[in-house]
Amino acid sequence: MSRMNEFTKGFIKENPVFIMALGLCPTLAVTSSVMNAIGMGLAATFVLVFSNIFISLIKGFIPDKIRIPAFIVVIASFVTIVDMVMHAYSPEIHKSLGIFIPLIVVNCIILGRAEAFASKNNVMNSILDGFGMGLGFTLALVVIGGIREVLGAGQFLGFNVLPSSYQPMLVAILAPGAFIVMGLLMGMMNLKKKK
Amino acid sequence: MSNVYAVSAAPHLKQKISVSSVMWQVVGAMVPALIAGIVFFGIQALLLTLYGVFAAVITEMLIQRWRGIPISVKDGSAVVTGILVSFNINSAAPWWIPVVGAVFAIAIGKQIFGGLGHNPFNPALLARAFLMASWPTLMTAGWLPTKFNSINGLANLPDNVPAIVTSATPLGVAKALRSATQIDPEMANVIMNKLANMDTILNLFWGNVGGVIGEVSAAALLIGAAYLAYKRIIEWRIPVSYIATVFILVFIFGGVNGLFSASLLLPIFHIFAGGLILGAFFMATDMVTSPVTKRGRIIFGIGCGVLTIVIRLVGGYPEGVSYSILLMNIAVPLIDRYTVPKPFGEVKK
Repeated sequence: MSRMNEFTKGFIKENPVFIMALGLCPTLAVTSSVMNAIGMGLAATFVLVFSNIFISLIKGFIPDKIRIPAFIVVIASFVTIVDMVMHAYSPEIHKSLGIFIPLIVVNCIILGRAEAFASKNNVMNSILDGFGMGLGFTLALVVIGGIREVLGAGQFLGFNVLPSSYQPMLVAILAPGAFIVMGLLMGMMNLKKKK
Repeated sequence: MSNVYAVSAAPHLKQKISVSSVMWQVVGAMVPALIAGIVFFGIQALLLTLYGVFAAVITEMLIQRWRGIPISVKDGSAVVTGILVSFNINSAAPWWIPVVGAVFAIAIGKQIFGGLGHNPFNPALLARAFLMASWPTLMTAGWLPTKFNSINGLANLPDNVPAIVTSATPLGVAKALRSATQIDPEMANVIMNKLANMDTILNLFWGNVGGVIGEVSAAALLIGAAYLAYKRIIEWRIPVSYIATVFILVFIFGGVNGLFSASLLLPIFHIFAGGLILGAFFMATDMVTSPVTKRGRIIFGIGCGVLTIVIRLVGGYPEGVSYSILLMNIAVPLIDRYTVPKPFGEVKK
């Protein structure tokens, strides 16, 4: 039961984007379409799971004073793998995500889970935590990306979903739209929590 | 016991001014500009304005009901916002542009921050920025000429002027003049003389030029502004410092042949062209989003003027009044903090 909880807490209750407000830079930058959001979410989930595994394994050997650089080295290794694999197998998404793939290294969700969870828990729980948090991050990105793509381009995953008479609300796929949509969703989550 | 001896905290002298009396007077002051809009752009201008007002009032009512707080649409503040949103719209826009703009102004611009008095930005200008970013072609392309068949306000243009001049608003022409790729320098001098010309300025003053609904007639706006100033609803510091800054900066930088090459009429052209009069008197002076201190208001006006001219002369848009007021809105808390007056009797440190 508690294991299940480690997995599911990242979806809603401790959602990294809406509740903890971590990883906002990629959230705002890459959610202009659902496809980008999925690509970013899955890349971050992969890094999160594997960095959690390795940090949980080597937590006994890392001196406390240099733990952050050690975490970063582990995370950067997996980001490099993701970067190269995406470049090879999905060059289009790799191109549209651009600089934000290497920047997963400094994504504070991944470092935050390493510091707050993986360095204090066993491997099994760390996997579940990383996987759940990664899916929660992906979920948040897809919701924001979905709203922005439908409003700003009249499309969902590249398919037209609104009648052709719809005039796309360009602001939704520009930077201000990212802030407005994310802010409204965060506000709705807070409202729901209050009730 | 008589009221004379009642013990109470300051202030002891009160006026019977309420939010609703102020707001309805602002509505009244905008009526001349609305009439000018109808005269120059036809009944469509009135319809667009009504759409904006209805959308603003209904949005405010629904949100206040949902929040479970008293419904305050009777105070007129939503009406003011709705009118101002529509005033910022091209008269050729479809009906849903003012509706979406007014809903955005009230929901995102005002109620999300807590309602009247809590909004950091002027809601109507926020809606304009939102509409400009969302539907740039509907907001800035296809300006309609006025009913008297004038769009750029320029009389007796030579036959070989480029198309970019003949279909543009006065500020669009002024912007095109500054780019050598669009108009060659010789032609630019000819057109510049037409801009800084008494006939053009009279067209701008009375309103016989293309543009958004509310900005068209400087004369009508000034009638409303004079009433508000007489009732002390707006104060002279922001508009005067704003317009004076624009005058000085255009006089120095406005000409196409280097510093101080502008004729004295060009600053006057820039004051009456575009939304400056509307912005300076009706939007920059919004009580919620302008500084409370007297020195702060002058700083606010100068800042608006500098930003407006930077955008008009250097930036990408022909008109910068709305963005400059929005940018200064966000600086208001800082301005207020730095201009707190010294309490009476405080010793210099």
